[in-house]
Amino acid sequence: MADVSGLRFSESHEWVKTEGDSAIVGITEYAQSQLGDVIYLELPSVGQHLDAEARLGVIESVKAASDLYSPVAGEVSEVNAELKDHPEYVNQDPYGKGWIVKLRGAKDNPKLLDQKAYDDFVQGQSHS
Amino acid sequence: MTAERTPLYDEHVRLGAQMTTFSGWTMPLQYTSIRDEHRAVREAVGLFDLSHMGELRIMDDALAQRVVTRDLRKLRTGRIQYALLCNDRGGIIDDVLVYGMADGDYFLVVNAGNQDRDFEWIRAQALKPSSAGAAQDDPVFNEGRDWTLIGVQGPRAPALVQRLTGSDLSAVKYYAFIEGRVADVPCVISRTGYTGEDGFEVFCGNHDAVRLWRALLDAGKPDGVQPAGLGARDTLRLEAGMRLYGNDMDAGTNPLEAGLEWTLNLDKDFIGRDAIVRAREHGLERSLVGLKMLDRSIPRHGYPVSADAQPVGTVTSGNVSFTLGYNIAMAYVPPALSEPGTSVAVEVRGTAAPAEVVPLPFYKRPHPK
Repeated sequence: MADVSGLRFSESHEWVKTEGDSAIVGITEYAQSQLGDVIYLELPSVGQHLDAEARLGVIESVKAASDLYSPVAGEVSEVNAELKDHPEYVNQDPYGKGWIVKLRGAKDNPKLLDQKAYDDFVQGQSHS
Repeated sequence: MTAERTPLYDEHVRLGAQMTTFSGWTMPLQYTSIRDEHRAVREAVGLFDLSHMGELRIMDDALAQRVVTRDLRKLRTGRIQYALLCNDRGGIIDDVLVYGMADGDYFLVVNAGNQDRDFEWIRAQALKPSSAGAAQDDPVFNEGRDWTLIGVQGPRAPALVQRLTGSDLSAVKYYAFIEGRVADVPCVISRTGYTGEDGFEVFCGNHDAVRLWRALLDAGKPDGVQPAGLGARDTLRLEAGMRLYGNDMDAGTNPLEAGLEWTLNLDKDFIGRDAIVRAREHGLERSLVGLKMLDRSIPRHGYPVSADAQPVGTVTSGNVSFTLGYNIAMAYVPPALSEPGTSVAVEVRGTAAPAEVVPLPFYKRPHPK
């Protein structure tokens, strides 16, 4: 099990790790398992400003295309260029080399869930 | 309505499959990953539960001839034809495999979601006075829930099945079948598939399903056998240019548009024949083509196709091609744009993604050495 301490989660199944005003964003283990094989990501440009819960991009798996949302507001400082040739990293290591974007000037979003609350949320979803 | 389960349902759950509902059946979507299962079928061997497929039996020569598009006089016992069922407007009701069991005995493998409707439709044709002779015993049987069907597909499939049977499978040519035993289970062994690979589709009684499935998994270990779900089945059949009923064609599609003229014997009478002949005289409005994406965009069912910024057609199936390393689609476009090499675009979330018309199938398996 990956180390997810210090991460916070959105109900749209992104995770965010903040350090000061910079943030790293990815999708959760649950999200990758639901999507299945990731084959393509459409990501924002560096410098683009994102509001919290704004559309960040699109993630495509063999099954379907799904929107990605930014868990926090901020400006895109880097996108994970490795995913262009290795989208499967999102499946293999969603909390590590499958990270998706980095943001600077990130602002807190009080609606985000801690790990316990997110796990409970996922439990509730999979039983609905 | 609750989805139906195949006799192998518990096996799939035990193997950790992610299940999905397809055409009213609870079926494995994937066991490990679609990519891995796809590759296993192209490079080794995959095992598919296809028990959701429907099976119908027609015990009446004249009736069978009237409802399928192929000339069954050319179907010898022990051989199989791919054929269509059409309505009287020439629209495709289903695509089927017809097995020549004996004179006047045809076994049809039909799409899961169509089986009950096909059965009722064929029965209705049987009851019409135009069918030969007076009313007799009902000649149509719905055996869809009596059969387990296991697909064994991939370059190592023939060796795997051969190890489990005393029958000589080298004598079973493509689109032929025999009755025999596999792992001591009485079976119909059919050299057919929906993956573009060599392999077999093996029918057995439901009570033998688990025994046969486990025997194939066990005996296939040295071959790298991998259970494969509907996800890989879809990406494999797309590469092989095989149409999926409900996606690439339906009752509003005529066989000429779908590129299936080769399944028609227009010199015999069958339901829909006259409408198809008229459609051909009129000229087609659209035809099914292969598209190769020239960027990384993923084309999907329903996405618009454009040429010179004008809408010209629609994608019916699309995805990544794991084998070829680019993205592919089938789409309907006007015949004038159907020549290989023609430039078109697929509208992906408002962006025109460049694509090129290419011949079908996208993938042909290498010739055996």
